[in-house]
Amino acid sequence: MPDPVLELRGVIKEYGGAVLTRVLHGIDLRLEQGEFAALIGPSGSGKSTLLNLVGLLDRPTAGQVWVHGERTDQLDDDELTRLRARSLGFVFQFHHLIGALSAAENVMMALAADQPRLTREMRRRSVAALAEVGLADRADEDPRRLSGGQQQRVAIARALVRRPPLVLADEPTGNLDTRSADDVFALMRKFNQETGIAFLIVTHDPRIATRCDRTIELIDGRIVGQPT
Amino acid sequence: MWVDWFLALRILRDARMQTLLITAGVAAGVTVMVFLSSLMTGLQVSLLHKTLGTQAHIVVRPAEERARPLLGDEVVRRVEATAQRTRSIDGWQLLLTALDAEPAVDAVSPSATAPVFAVRGNGTEAVVVKGIVPARFAGVIKMTEHMVAGEWTVVGRGAVIGVGLAAKLGITVGDRLRLQAVDGTSELFDVRGLFDLGNKAANEVWVLVSLRNAQTLLDLAGGVSSIELRVADSFAAEALAARLRGRTGLEVESWMAANAELLTALRSQSSSSAVIQVFVILAVAIGIASVLVVSVIQRSREIGILRAMGLSRGRITRIFLLQGGLVGVAGSLLGSGLGAALAVAFSRAVTDASGAPLLPIVLDARLFLSSSAVATATGLLAALLPARRAAKLDPATAIRNA
Repeated sequence: MPDPVLELRGVIKEYGGAVLTRVLHGIDLRLEQGEFAALIGPSGSGKSTLLNLVGLLDRPTAGQVWVHGERTDQLDDDELTRLRARSLGFVFQFHHLIGALSAAENVMMALAADQPRLTREMRRRSVAALAEVGLADRADEDPRRLSGGQQQRVAIARALVRRPPLVLADEPTGNLDTRSADDVFALMRKFNQETGIAFLIVTHDPRIATRCDRTIELIDGRIVGQPT
Repeated sequence: MWVDWFLALRILRDARMQTLLITAGVAAGVTVMVFLSSLMTGLQVSLLHKTLGTQAHIVVRPAEERARPLLGDEVVRRVEATAQRTRSIDGWQLLLTALDAEPAVDAVSPSATAPVFAVRGNGTEAVVVKGIVPARFAGVIKMTEHMVAGEWTVVGRGAVIGVGLAAKLGITVGDRLRLQAVDGTSELFDVRGLFDLGNKAANEVWVLVSLRNAQTLLDLAGGVSSIELRVADSFAAEALAARLRGRTGLEVESWMAANAELLTALRSQSSSSAVIQVFVILAVAIGIASVLVVSVIQRSREIGILRAMGLSRGRITRIFLLQGGLVGVAGSLLGSGLGAALAVAFSRAVTDASGAPLLPIVLDARLFLSSSAVATATGLLAALLPARRAAKLDPATAIRNA
């Protein structure tokens, strides 16, 4: 059996100095290759904290985070950065594109993150990734001139261009109208089915959650059940 | 293209107005540095040229005569200082040979120099006669460059005088001039040439004649009253003078000791120029740093995204350092051009009646290179703080707080 793309073992996260606040209480979670899962829960339940730990943007107080078969708690900052570039794609609520770069250059940055130079091949792959999300003709556009839905599609192309084993999406449709949200969701679903990339989607939107293969519910820092 | 350069250039291009403003700030700083330095160096070179063009770097004279009480200090209550008379340097030929062999010395000129009177008709002027060996003297002071009438010929009865003295006595080339020593001895000379050393005192009092004639006039048969030297490195003159003083026991004076006030003035000028430049650099550094700090704050979300995508902290540091460096280089190029243009324009605008520049400037490659190096280093250093700040940004916080 292949390694899971993500595995959390007894992950605890605490914040604060004198007064400690425990945000996550011993989370165990496993996400297999090709899974399409929603992470839901009320505000303050620890979703963002969990996503930061899974995204290797933060370290747990205790427990282990394994990404694509690699244990991460002993890696230094540079090793975490390299693993992030190699194994994880990010889609954020507000798309977070770099305004100084064109749509294609934004996508290229995912390929160039751990490389010294930009190459023609990177450019070709970036334009191809934009074509996959239906934006082939907008490759050289300033992303600030694109609609919200289009910007989120550029962000999806950026997250997927390296074909990482896992894409983390933080409220990817939260800022879009219903139609654009459906388009974006359909796009992610399509990539999941065609390429086998696993998705972990943090969402408040029940329409999105119910259309995922699996829903992970987090309440008060604990996973309360794993209905499918 | 290198990823770091690409991102640095794109960020600078995206924030055009900020980039233009800080580049203009650096350019203004470099302009001031280049303009000020070219002017200061020009003034100093010109002043030194004028000063050293009309005087020897080192003058060796006999040691002062001192009256010594025969009965000892405890008996004599007061010893009167002796009036100094024109005397010859003992064994000057040997000293001349030794000085000729000195590698640091370019030219050595023995001279019999003393105050005399120049008489023509009813006019009498107190002057200084300098008996010289023409070829040797021309090595110390480039006389041929200063001749304005007649020729540089100091042989036989020939004499060369300054334009000031010529005007005072109404003499011109071809006229005769009588020189009368303090003991009444007098000699008649033919004025063969007029010089203008750009120095009023020298122009009005120097009368250059052959060494032999001066020795006769001054009753210094076979002797010289001073030996004048020109050295390769004019600023090493004082060190050499001190060495010669110790070795010979003679009175040895360098141009630096003779012009101590000028040197002090030049040093003060250099110091004040350096202080101005330090403050200019400081202002440029603060300007670059503040704009880049604002840029880091404005772009913290984007920096967070780049970090999340896998750009290392080191790379983020380099991207912001490069921005500082690039602004430094661009500002240096612009400022060097502007500074040079301003200096040239200023020098052309401020001229004397003949159209010659009153304020000479010196624009050499070293000035541009040093100003550009300072500005670029300032850009890099000023970017260090914002770059470290950018690299330290926690990506999760940066993305969440955006």
